[in-house]
Amino acid sequence: MVDATIPANTRTDAEPRGAKPKRALSGRNIMIYGTLLVFSLYYLLPLWVMVMTSLKGMPEIRMGNIFAPPVEITFEPWVKAWSQACTGLNCDGLSRGFWNSVQILIPSVILSIVVASVNGYALTFWKFKGSDIFFTILIFGAFIPYQVMLYPIVILLREMGLYGSLWGLVLVHTIFGMPILTLLFRNYFSTIPEELFKAARVDGAGFWSIYAKILMPMSLPIFVVAIILQVTGIWNDFLFGVVYTKPDLYPMTVQLNNIVNSVQGVKEYNVNMAATLLTGLVPLFIYFVSGKLFVRGIAAGAVKG
Amino acid sequence: MAEARRVNRMWRNMNAKIAAVPMILTTLVVFVGGTAWTVLYSFTDSKLLPRERFVGFDQYERLWSNSRWLTSIENLMIYGVLSLVFTIVIGFLLAVAMDQKIRFEDTFRTIMLYPFALSFIVTGLVWQWILNPEFGIQSIVRGLGWESFTFNPLNNPDLVLYGLLIAGLWQGTGFVMCLMLAGLRGIDEDIWKAARVDGIPTWKTYIQIILPMMRPVFITTLVIVAAGIIKLYDLVVAQTSGGPGNASQVPAMYVYDYMFQAQNLGQGFAASTMMLLTVLIVLIPWAYLEFGGKKHG
Repeated sequence: MVDATIPANTRTDAEPRGAKPKRALSGRNIMIYGTLLVFSLYYLLPLWVMVMTSLKGMPEIRMGNIFAPPVEITFEPWVKAWSQACTGLNCDGLSRGFWNSVQILIPSVILSIVVASVNGYALTFWKFKGSDIFFTILIFGAFIPYQVMLYPIVILLREMGLYGSLWGLVLVHTIFGMPILTLLFRNYFSTIPEELFKAARVDGAGFWSIYAKILMPMSLPIFVVAIILQVTGIWNDFLFGVVYTKPDLYPMTVQLNNIVNSVQGVKEYNVNMAATLLTGLVPLFIYFVSGKLFVRGIAAGAVKG
Repeated sequence: MAEARRVNRMWRNMNAKIAAVPMILTTLVVFVGGTAWTVLYSFTDSKLLPRERFVGFDQYERLWSNSRWLTSIENLMIYGVLSLVFTIVIGFLLAVAMDQKIRFEDTFRTIMLYPFALSFIVTGLVWQWILNPEFGIQSIVRGLGWESFTFNPLNNPDLVLYGLLIAGLWQGTGFVMCLMLAGLRGIDEDIWKAARVDGIPTWKTYIQIILPMMRPVFITTLVIVAAGIIKLYDLVVAQTSGGPGNASQVPAMYVYDYMFQAQNLGQGFAASTMMLLTVLIVLIPWAYLEFGGKKHG
């Protein structure tokens, strides 16, 4: 008897060690997963409604439920949104806005990242008198409401002959992308060991060759983060597009708003939702492809340098 | 840094200074110069074009007696307070839920954060459609047999801000959740162990130990969210266009309309200067807390 109980006892002694075995359906789990599921529904609902509405014909929308999947799938709203939807007198669809956005996006992303990465580089390894003051102003500039600087920039662009042009808008995106991107690059570059920089200096490398041959190749991840940040940010911009370009150069977001919120004509909700979804596709694509890098990009603004 | 600087000769550092020209121009000309210019010209009676005829505080007097501006400010305050409270509470609760070593964490995060990748225009238009009284939630609930059900915030001046809030929270709470989760993950495991050894229940640990420790995260989030709220523009344009009537007007809209539509630049400048002032009221205490005491590297 005694012999038999001892091993049993030691076994029970050993058992409570480690994590307490969890029941799958404990009250705690129900609460946690319940909360997460309810909120997930809230987040997913608009995407679902957008897709479903964009695949229905107008008669079905008038009769049915916006949450229900289409009885008869049609891609006509997509075609119409892309190539026939009207803004004012133009009826060539969202495609024009899409190509405008692409034309704005590519130079803006490249220019803003080049400028900001050089800034970050100079601020980390080539500090000069007053460089930290400029950096501080830059960071504070990120918080100044754009409305305060809208008109002075109109004047500057007019003086430069760029007001209403694509390049004017590119310049505006470069300026307003600078604070966050410079912070991003400065924070990343300051984790690079200074010995590396010094060794390159001893070998006779100058400002630009260290940047191009050493820093850039070893900082590719942060460039990818910056690209993600800028592509979504610039694609989603509305205010600058509306202020600094002319109607035939309007980016996709502005054109989308003009299509959907136009007061003329019969409202075609399916075309509107297809257009909305089309405008959201580029940032959504970037988001789903980039995964955790996207999180890193948006968190960069919150992490102090 | 010091040794590196000693090695550099003046002319070598020239390259860095040339490279910094875009930054110097942006900070001095656009950020400082532009802001000063707007503040200065808010004291003029500029109409279609800016002109140097100074009229003292006339524009501000006109601004604060304009009912549309007063509505805008009131809306911004109501929306701002509700939005701040809800984003931070929801963001924190979701982050705590996500921090319980749950399964499918990546899936949940992907779902919560994707709205943040979308523009406010897309957000506003989708919610305009979902809240549409003829086809959206109201009509569906009525279709289920509850004939008297009314949920039509976008056409009701008393409720329109809540319509905006539903959309705003949809877009932004995932982002705040991510910030909070990063904050929670940054807390030392030992704190949790110590709390468990002392027999403090989990919820109490969160409230009494973790919350105070997350203070910097909360402050940073608060500042970022608040700065975003003051700029609120695209969402309102897309979802309600400021209506019904003037019920959902916001300051950024007032500025845009006076500067670029009504050709009354002076009013626009005065209104935007007030926006700047609001930001400073948020920003200065934060900068003081953040950079005031300790030296920053």
